Amino acid sequence: MASLKELKGRINSVKSTQKITKAKQMVAAAKLRKAQAAAEAARPYAARLAGVMGSLASKIAGQDNAPLLLRGTGAAQKHLLVVANSDKGLAGAFNSNIVKAAMVKAQELLAAGKDVEFYLVGRKGRAPIRRAHPSRVGTMFDTTEVREPGYAEAERIAEELVAMYEAGKFDVAHLFFSRFQSALTQVPTVQQIIPVPTPDTQVASDAVVEYEPDEEEILKELLPRYLKTQLFGALLENQASEQGASMTAMDNATRNAGDLINKLTIQYNRSRQAAITTELIEIIAGAEAL
Amino acid sequence: MPLHFELVTPARLVRSEEVYMVVVPGTEGEFGVLEGHAPFMSTIRDGAVQIYRSAGATPEEIQVRGGFAEVNASGLTVLAEHVED
Repeated sequence: MASLKELKGRINSVKSTQKITKAKQMVAAAKLRKAQAAAEAARPYAARLAGVMGSLASKIAGQDNAPLLLRGTGAAQKHLLVVANSDKGLAGAFNSNIVKAAMVKAQELLAAGKDVEFYLVGRKGRAPIRRAHPSRVGTMFDTTEVREPGYAEAERIAEELVAMYEAGKFDVAHLFFSRFQSALTQVPTVQQIIPVPTPDTQVASDAVVEYEPDEEEILKELLPRYLKTQLFGALLENQASEQGASMTAMDNATRNAGDLINKLTIQYNRSRQAAITTELIEIIAGAEAL
Repeated sequence: MPLHFELVTPARLVRSEEVYMVVVPGTEGEFGVLEGHAPFMSTIRDGAVQIYRSAGATPEEIQVRGGFAEVNASGLTVLAEHVED
């Protein structure tokens, strides 16, 4: 049986933990709103770019002179898995779900005899993936210096990926991130980013569009840009997901702490009463003995 | 009839308004877009997009970097990677 002082100490420590989780939950709720707004604001650009890409790519796809990023290297031996994680924990299973999805894919590819390399974005994915595949972690992109990964980071990642692709370091790249559905559900998602899949947006335009410079030149310009937008979109989705997951996890933690406090308080009161009763019995017994 | 003009960056929709004419710095030269322009697409070089609210008005300039412009039946859309206003 724990002493009264010990119980009191535990209650106080759980109370301060609850204060922390509660604060983190409120911070996450505020940040979630911001992240959702950012994801919202990025949509028009992505939608328009996908539209233009779709109409251009459908014209050029299948031709031999299509840009490398669209056509692919023709092989599918070397796979790059780009795993986007956050830098901070306290978000429930958010990071481990993404890592799990990446691991499953890696196992699948390795079983099929392919080469796998990881490209890690964010800090939280590093430890588990390095533990499982110590020799396969290539680049680790650092996002710890920036508050929120934004377009500048997406740009740098995309440039690095394109350079690696052109140097023949991989044939196919997949991107792993968490798609934001609601504060309660975030879906770990796999998306092929290189070769660029043609967006299936049918642009209904029978008008003859004039291109300047020609279609191929524009497409060549467009593809890296499209890749950047996709990465940027994924980073934004990830941020919203992280905050959502964090909010839910911290809400649970706060509630659990509350339950624990109640239980400990009951235990504390019981022991207090027991102590008083014992004391009374001692006094009475002492008085009777006189 | 005014021209519907939109300027979009990856992070946000910068402009969406009705204007008279927009001069865009295309890779192969500047071009002005009025209402009813033929469907057209061009990459843009770093430079200023000039927005004329009405005929003869002093243009408003917005610096853009990287991107492209598309003209279709619904108006002109400039997708720029960076915008400095």
